[in-house]
Amino acid sequence: MKKFLILALSLVLIGGLLASCAPSQPSPSPTTTSPSPTPTAKKITLGLVLSTLNNPFFVTLRDGAQAEANKLGVSLIVMDSQNDSAKEASNIEDLISRKVDAILVNPTDADAVVPSIKKANDAKIPVFTIDRGANGGVIVSHIASDNVAGGKMAGEYLAKALNGKGKVVELEGIAGTSAARDRGQGFNEVMKNYPDIQIVARQTADFDRAKGLSVFENILTAQPEINGVFAHNDEMVLGAIQAAEAAGRTGIIFVGFDAIDDAIKAVKDGKLAATVQQQPALMGQLGVQTAVDYLNGKTVEKYIPVPLKLITKENAP
Amino acid sequence: MISEEALRLRRVNWRIFFRRYGIVISFLLLCLVLSLLSDRFLTWTNILNVLRQSSINGIIAVGMTMVILTAGIDLSVGAILALTCVVTADLLQKGLPVPLAMLTGLALGAALGMFSGLLVSRLHIPPFIATLGLMTVSRGLALTYTQGRPITALPASFDFLGAGSIGPIPMPIIVAGLIFLIGYFILARTNLGFYIYALGDNPMAARLSGISVNKVILFVYALSGFLSALAGMVLTGRLDSAQPTAGYGYEFDAIAAVVVGGTSLAGGEGSLFGTLVGALLIGVLNNGLNLLNVSALWEGVVKGAVIALALLLYRAVK
Repeated sequence: MKKFLILALSLVLIGGLLASCAPSQPSPSPTTTSPSPTPTAKKITLGLVLSTLNNPFFVTLRDGAQAEANKLGVSLIVMDSQNDSAKEASNIEDLISRKVDAILVNPTDADAVVPSIKKANDAKIPVFTIDRGANGGVIVSHIASDNVAGGKMAGEYLAKALNGKGKVVELEGIAGTSAARDRGQGFNEVMKNYPDIQIVARQTADFDRAKGLSVFENILTAQPEINGVFAHNDEMVLGAIQAAEAAGRTGIIFVGFDAIDDAIKAVKDGKLAATVQQQPALMGQLGVQTAVDYLNGKTVEKYIPVPLKLITKENAP
Repeated sequence: MISEEALRLRRVNWRIFFRRYGIVISFLLLCLVLSLLSDRFLTWTNILNVLRQSSINGIIAVGMTMVILTAGIDLSVGAILALTCVVTADLLQKGLPVPLAMLTGLALGAALGMFSGLLVSRLHIPPFIATLGLMTVSRGLALTYTQGRPITALPASFDFLGAGSIGPIPMPIIVAGLIFLIGYFILARTNLGFYIYALGDNPMAARLSGISVNKVILFVYALSGFLSALAGMVLTGRLDSAQPTAGYGYEFDAIAAVVVGGTSLAGGEGSLFGTLVGALLIGVLNNGLNLLNVSALWEGVVKGAVIALALLLYRAVK
C-alpha cells in the first residue's frame, strides 16, 4: 500500500513536471530579427535579455526596442529568460560568445544576474539594465520608470482635483521597497506645496487589494471626512474603493498607480479618477537608444528615467 | 468549614481558569487601552469592522486549531485559499451556476487538504514539509491558472457571502460564527473531537487504544483545506475579485491566532474559544494600528511587541 502510494505520488509529480515544462515557448530560441548574414562594415548588434515574454508589459517593451533598433539600423537579438535565473545566465553566455556589442538585460533577480554581468564585464561587453536593476557588476546605465515623477504626477492631479484643499489619505506600499519609497516621496514633495491639503492618514496596505480594503475600512471609521486618496498601486486603491462603496461614503477622489486592466476599467466607470501608467515601449526605445549612443562614443547618464503617463477618463485606452 | 480537599480544588480551578481565559484578560486590556486612545474604537461600525476583518482569519484558524491539536501544522492554507478562489471565480465567469461553482471550490480545497493528510498519515512525511510543498505547488498553480491576473466582476449572488449582510450583521461574521460553533461542537461533543485531542496528546496511546489515527489526520487536514476554500470565497466576495496572490502570509496569522489563544504547538492541549479570542486580538491590533495612524515602518514592531506582551501577561498571571 505504502509503496504503491509512493509510486503513484511520484508519477503524479513527474507528470506535473512534464506538463509544466512542455507548453509555452520551445526553449530559449533567440529571435533574431534583422537577419544580416553578411556583416558588412561594422553593424552594431545588441542583445536584449528579458526576464519573461509571458507578460504583456515586456512584450510591449520588446516591441519598442525592436522599432528603435530598426530605425537606427542596428540588429537586435531578443532572448526570453522565462523568469528563470539559470536560463538567463545561459542566455547572457550565448550573447557573450556571439560577441554582441552591448547587452541590455532586464534581470529576473537583482542578485542572481550579478555573475553573468561580471562575465560580460570580463569580455569587455558593456551592460545596461532595464526596469529592474542589478546589485553588482559594472552597469553603464540603468533605464527604468521614474517613480518619483509618477508620484508627483499623481499628487499634482489630486491637488488640482481638490482645488488645493481637503483631507487626503495615502495608502503606502510594502515598507522598504523602492517603488513605495519613490512613489511616496514624489507625492509628498508635491503635497508640501499645498498647505491647505492635510494628509490625515498614512498607512501601509502592502500593495495588496484585501489589505487595501480592510485598512481603508479602518481609516474610514477613524476619519469622518476624507476628500482624496492616493495609493502606491492600483490593487490597494481598488480595495479602498470597495470599502468606500460598502460604507456608502461618496465624493472621494481616488488616484492609483500602474494602470492595470481592472484599474483602467474603474477609470472608465468613473470609480477611479486617475492612475499612473508606465510606458514599456518607451522604456525599450530608450534602452536601445542609450546603448547605441554609448557605442558611438557619446557619454550617457548612469540613470535614464522613463517618463510616465497619467490615465484619466479623457484618455483611457 | 472548608475542607483541605476543597481548597486544593479551588486553587486548581483558578489555575485552569487563567490558563484557559488569561488571554481574555489581555484582550480586554488591549481593548481598554485602544478605547482610551481613540474615541472611534468603541463605535458600532468599528466593532463590526473588527469582527468582519477577523472573520477570514477566524475561519482558517478553526481548521488550524484542529490540525495543531493533533501536533501537526498546515502551512498551505493561504495558497489553497488563492487556488480555490481563482478556480471558483473562473468557473463563475465561464457561466457555471453559483452553488455548483462554490461546491467545486470547496471540494477542491478539501481534496488538497486531504492530499497533505495522506502525505502525513500514510507516508509519515512531517506536516511542516508536506504542507510547505503543497503551499508552493498551490501558489504556483494559482499563478499559472490566471497568468498572474486577478479575476474581477463576479455574480452578485456569489458576492453576497462576503459583501452581503443579514439585518445589521455582515455575512462574513455570520459564517465565521457558524464555523466556530460547528468546530466547538465537533471538538467538545463528538468522539472525533476526543480522538483529535488524544492523538495530539499521545499518538502511540491513541493508536494502541484502537483509534484509527490515519482517518483522524486525514479529517483535520481535509477540514483545514475546506475552511481555507470557504475563507477564500468570503474574501473573494468582499473584494468582488479573485486574486492569485490572495492569502499571502495567512498561514502565519492563523497560527498566531491559535498559539496566542493558548493552544500548544505540541498538540493535545487548547481550545477553539482561545483561538477565537486570539483571532480577535490580532484583528483589534490591526484595527488599532490603523485608527492611531501608526507609521508603516513601526507597524511590525508594535504588532510583535503587543502580541508578546499579551502572552507574557497571561503567562505571568498563570
